[in-house]
Amino acid sequence: MIEPKTEAELAEAVKSANAPLRIRGGGTRDYGRPVQGEVISTSKLSGITLYEPGALTIVAQAGTPVADIENELAKNNQRLAFEPMDHRAILGQDGNPTIGGAIAANVSGPRRISVGAARDFLLGVRFVDGEGRIIKNGGRVMKNVTGYDLVKLMAGSYGTLGILTEVSLKVMPADETAATLILNGLDAEQAVAAMSSALGSPYDVTGAAHVPASGHTVVRIEGFEKSVAYRTEKLTQHLSAFGTAEIISGDAHDLLWQDVRDAKALSGAEGDIWRVSVKPSDGPAVINSVKPAAYLMDWGGGLIWMKTPAGTDVRSMIPDIAGHSTLIKASAATRSAIATFQPEPKPLALISNELRSKFDPRGILNPGLMS
Amino acid sequence: MEMPQPDQSILNRKDMIVEKLQSALPADAVIHDPAETRAYECDGLAAYKCPPLCAVLPATTEEVAAVLKLCHAEGIPVVPRGSGTSLAGGAMPTADSVILGVARLNQVIETNYPDRTITVQSGRTNLSVTGAVETDGFFYAPDPSSQLACAIAGNIAMNSGGAHCLRYGVTTNNLLGVKMVMMDGTIVDIGGAHLDAGGLDLLGVICGSEGQLGVVTEATLRILHKPEGALPVLMGFDSAEVAGECVSDIIKAGVLPVAIEYMDKLCIEVCEDFAKAGYPLCEALLIVEVEGSELEIEEQLSKIKAIAQTHNPVELREANDADEAARIWLGRKSAFGAMGQINDYMCLDGTIPVSELPFVLRRIGELSKEYGLDVGNVFHAGDGNMHPLILFDANTPGQLETCEALGAEILKLCVEVGGCLTGEHGVGIEKRDLMNAQYTDADLEAQMQVKDVFDPNWLLNPAKVFPLKVSESRRAAA
Repeated sequence: MIEPKTEAELAEAVKSANAPLRIRGGGTRDYGRPVQGEVISTSKLSGITLYEPGALTIVAQAGTPVADIENELAKNNQRLAFEPMDHRAILGQDGNPTIGGAIAANVSGPRRISVGAARDFLLGVRFVDGEGRIIKNGGRVMKNVTGYDLVKLMAGSYGTLGILTEVSLKVMPADETAATLILNGLDAEQAVAAMSSALGSPYDVTGAAHVPASGHTVVRIEGFEKSVAYRTEKLTQHLSAFGTAEIISGDAHDLLWQDVRDAKALSGAEGDIWRVSVKPSDGPAVINSVKPAAYLMDWGGGLIWMKTPAGTDVRSMIPDIAGHSTLIKASAATRSAIATFQPEPKPLALISNELRSKFDPRGILNPGLMS
Repeated sequence: MEMPQPDQSILNRKDMIVEKLQSALPADAVIHDPAETRAYECDGLAAYKCPPLCAVLPATTEEVAAVLKLCHAEGIPVVPRGSGTSLAGGAMPTADSVILGVARLNQVIETNYPDRTITVQSGRTNLSVTGAVETDGFFYAPDPSSQLACAIAGNIAMNSGGAHCLRYGVTTNNLLGVKMVMMDGTIVDIGGAHLDAGGLDLLGVICGSEGQLGVVTEATLRILHKPEGALPVLMGFDSAEVAGECVSDIIKAGVLPVAIEYMDKLCIEVCEDFAKAGYPLCEALLIVEVEGSELEIEEQLSKIKAIAQTHNPVELREANDADEAARIWLGRKSAFGAMGQINDYMCLDGTIPVSELPFVLRRIGELSKEYGLDVGNVFHAGDGNMHPLILFDANTPGQLETCEALGAEILKLCVEVGGCLTGEHGVGIEKRDLMNAQYTDADLEAQMQVKDVFDPNWLLNPAKVFPLKVSESRRAAA
């Protein structure tokens, strides 16, 4: 395992590599077509390099544990608003998720539906490309249209365009208080209708999920105390056609949303896990065609976690609708047989492959992971 | 402003090219009479003009594809154009290029309230996107000041912002999908009403690529329910530092206004003279706007006022109704017009970390004296996106050049303190030559190799974004 201590060392290691490299942050998000290669770890590129609460900006090396960043932000009553999922609940891996990994996989949580995904909070990147060149893009300001936005391109590129060494993020204030409305016993269609109704209201909903395991459809409100009280009341009325909402707050509320964020309901050894992204109103059609053993809907129905029998290819079961399915948990054999990422239409596949070969001409960075 | 020499062989073939375009498009879609092509010789950066070879106005995606395919075969550069409001010269042509205007693609294709999206043709104006959903209580959030005129196509090309982007994000945070035509005529669909990319975030790199990767003909955008209400509060301070601290304190207190606007003394005086909005004639003025229900507005404003009071404002003015709210905004919204009435001016949009505000304003003051030109500062304080307005006299020989030199110094200063050259207007031609102030050759190479993939022949808007020397070999190979 290669463990560079600085960006320069990492660049040198990539430059002089003569075989495939398998990039590792915390090693907790091990999905994708299995990569054969020598592990190159970012764990020693760790530490917050700049934090300005009054400017809502934090800059950290890519190997910094997400927990370290969240703890530092909490001291100033701030947070990563995109609330990145912790994959350990469903993938069961040891290790500490790093911010670089969260960004490289564009990992977000329930609040994505309101404030945006990881990629929407990423202000700047430094990375080492497949030739060992050190590249930067963006910066540390929110408004930046200077040249092409490679920041967005790096988010969700799973290391195939370059190894992140430093990221700049926009942070947000933590909210004074929060509450969750819980509706009971709705089926998938009713749940999506309820969530749509909530999200389409002026009451600023920051989470909308459906958890069949508990029979709950849940809607989150956050903000200042009086504001939350007001919006809770208004939303209860607004959603009355779907039933009488139970209201919770405090620790029970926090735990509920953490479990939604981490798809906790799908943890457990058996079965494969798929992650489907569709427009919310298509959510029920996905559920009805796949009939998963267990599922969880987030993003108002636009994000569906499903548990299926091992080796199931859900793509062949889902109707021809816009969106994509990603295989998150399966045996190595299944992961070699079924593409992790939704195959792209030909013209887009050509573009994606060409981009990868520009940034990584020798094909040494997580080769094949996204194929 | 240096532009590439037009390709004489294209100029020589003009008639043949026009004929081919005319056979691919309806009769009124090809504009080639020199009296008419003049309308396309510049955009909002009116100091620089050059009429194109011709201009085409397709009305469908297929017509756009036909144009690009043809130009690709003939090796003709194409300059896409939305409404031509770019302040950076993004739509400025060369004499050998074809302007491809998307203004006729202005229809709403689908409104989807359950999923909160709208799909429109890209030539539609920004404000009319909100117009299409307004009566149902929705709006499209990114609101550049030119929104009455600017097109979604241009918003996507430049990743436009606006006063509301502090809360709602810029175009790229509100763009879910596009239909795009590649330079070789291939039509691709990227994204849609679903909420993330299934592989590489191609949408993310297309947004902000200044018309250099493809021509977007349709866009799927996020729409939101309108908040119940909004109200501004106006605060005057006797120093820029104090105003800057106040902004910082508001943010640290966890209040997220939808807009925080800043005006300096020069701007205040000019705007007050023009709009007579009743602004206090002080060193620095902030307008902070919050949204929500009456109760929520009250809760946020009381926190903001309490914070402001700790900084001893010379004035603290609330709005009790819509009328008073409009009066608070009146001066700020007339700023560019007010400045334009007394002077020619150049508007920059360098962005800085909010903490650097007092230092940068002081330095701009020093540079202003050094160069002998006044600079008024009005900007979006919440995100550090400055708009220094350099006043000059276009009729005095040499002043445009002095103005540009001062502008370059200010933008370099923005980069030096950890900011960037442009927060929302884009590079276009205006900031091309400053790109190396922010990016190394390797950084620029990484960006250019993205264009190599989408447009290997470098025919789409080739003279923009990258310094001409840096892109020369790629453009010459075309």
